[in-house]
Amino acid sequence: MAAVPSRPLPAPQPSVETQPFWDAAAEGRLTIKRCGSCNEPHYPPRGRCPFCFSDATTWENSKGEGAIYSLSTMRRGPNTPYVLAYVTLDEGPAVMTNIIDCDPDTLAIGDRVEVAFTPTEGGPPVPFFKPVAR
Amino acid sequence: MTIRNKAYIAGAWEHPLRVIPDLSTPELHATCAAGALADAGLSHSDVDGYFCAGDAPGNGATNMVDYLGLKVKHLDSTETGGSSYIIHVAHAAAAIAAGKCSVALITLAGRPKSERFNAFRGGGPDEQFEWWTGYSTSNAYGMCAARHMHEYGTTSEQLAWIKVAASHHAQHNPNAMLRDVVTVEDVVNSPMIADPLHRLDCCVVSDGGGALVVVSPEIARSLSRPLVAVRGAGEAVQGHGGGRGLDLTVTATSQSAPRAFAEAGVTPADVKYASIYDSFTITVLLQLEDMGFCAKGEGGRFVADGNLIAGTGRLPFNTDGGGLCNNHPTNRGGITKVIEAVRQLRGEANAPVQVPDCDLAAVNGIGGILGLRHAAATLVLERQ
Repeated sequence: MAAVPSRPLPAPQPSVETQPFWDAAAEGRLTIKRCGSCNEPHYPPRGRCPFCFSDATTWENSKGEGAIYSLSTMRRGPNTPYVLAYVTLDEGPAVMTNIIDCDPDTLAIGDRVEVAFTPTEGGPPVPFFKPVAR
Repeated sequence: MTIRNKAYIAGAWEHPLRVIPDLSTPELHATCAAGALADAGLSHSDVDGYFCAGDAPGNGATNMVDYLGLKVKHLDSTETGGSSYIIHVAHAAAAIAAGKCSVALITLAGRPKSERFNAFRGGGPDEQFEWWTGYSTSNAYGMCAARHMHEYGTTSEQLAWIKVAASHHAQHNPNAMLRDVVTVEDVVNSPMIADPLHRLDCCVVSDGGGALVVVSPEIARSLSRPLVAVRGAGEAVQGHGGGRGLDLTVTATSQSAPRAFAEAGVTPADVKYASIYDSFTITVLLQLEDMGFCAKGEGGRFVADGNLIAGTGRLPFNTDGGGLCNNHPTNRGGITKVIEAVRQLRGEANAPVQVPDCDLAAVNGIGGILGLRHAAATLVLERQ
């Protein structure tokens, strides 16, 4: 066990387009955007839908659960190891993140994970994920 | 309108050094420009179009045109990372075909070994959702490799064959950084950097640069160099698509290469030599599949057993040793891919790796970061 990132995490820099995402993160909620026109969800959130270009997008809470799509454990450099991954949320979109509170050597594609917000240096927490307790 | 046979690569020059402490970066651009112009038999005053990317200091092409003292009527600062210079050849051909210029100069240069190098943080719209993940090239490409292994059973040993082939070529290149021939065992036993990529799955870091001169057919025929025609080109961008349909086993090459082959009127089976951007071994494997040299998922079997080695393999690739062994100037390998293809088509490659009667070559590059977002560029070049 390890792979809780000991590295300092830089604070995300919200924009007017993304501030609600980071406000929700500060409350422990993972949000995605859904298009009111084509009904497709997407992440990272945009004001205008990347699929149909409608601006009728709305914020929606994700359950914060999904499965690992792919992963790579960084072995070299400062503050390693840590696990970079894409998690496919149950709502559909894939999220680039880290897997924490895990054993990198037994972690595998397809493993179920859940969001674990992690503090940053002076900014809102970021959505990392951890294995779902079995 | 097509660019087919509307433009020719008349000059190609690569800086021979891999550590360059004694030239400034703009000076290195100028040195490469002079080298390519001399190779073409053209002069500074003949240049009427200039192309550069993000490695060029200053405000797009503006500063470099002023610094180089060029008098140009066409500019292009298209920036797609390492694939920029492949796209520049295509855009130069289009500009020449449209009559916008007739002698286009493309330069790349940089010195990550010799000066403090600031890793590129693009500040793109999604950066606030990504940079705290600690992504780098190695672990982002590692995710691509891990997914390809998961879906298709590709192995580390198969990926290693790509490095092995590059090392077989580099032993004949006196300028290459790494000239020792390595084995599959050497690669898979080298330290793990970002699973499943080992140190020897990764390209080198080098100073360096290169330049190309693309000219109109009339000017090409007036020069004494072999005729290397731009026959087809394609470009495309791929990201994670709003998080939907993410597929780390496919690159934008799957769009750019068919466009280039269609414009050229040839198929992958016609290609005698391929320059394939090799930032990592997995980068090559994905491009080979996406270019159509083998089916998706077959890349591991395609590259195994020396199939990329000149003289013995079915598809000789990166006969200069590529980024894996030769050089990767300022972490952008696109221009050296074009330069080695030009050498092959002219019959000027290092003798042991020269492909006999090499009259058709393909060049493919990936710029940006696979796994995040990248731009692919494909060229089909022909000796006439």
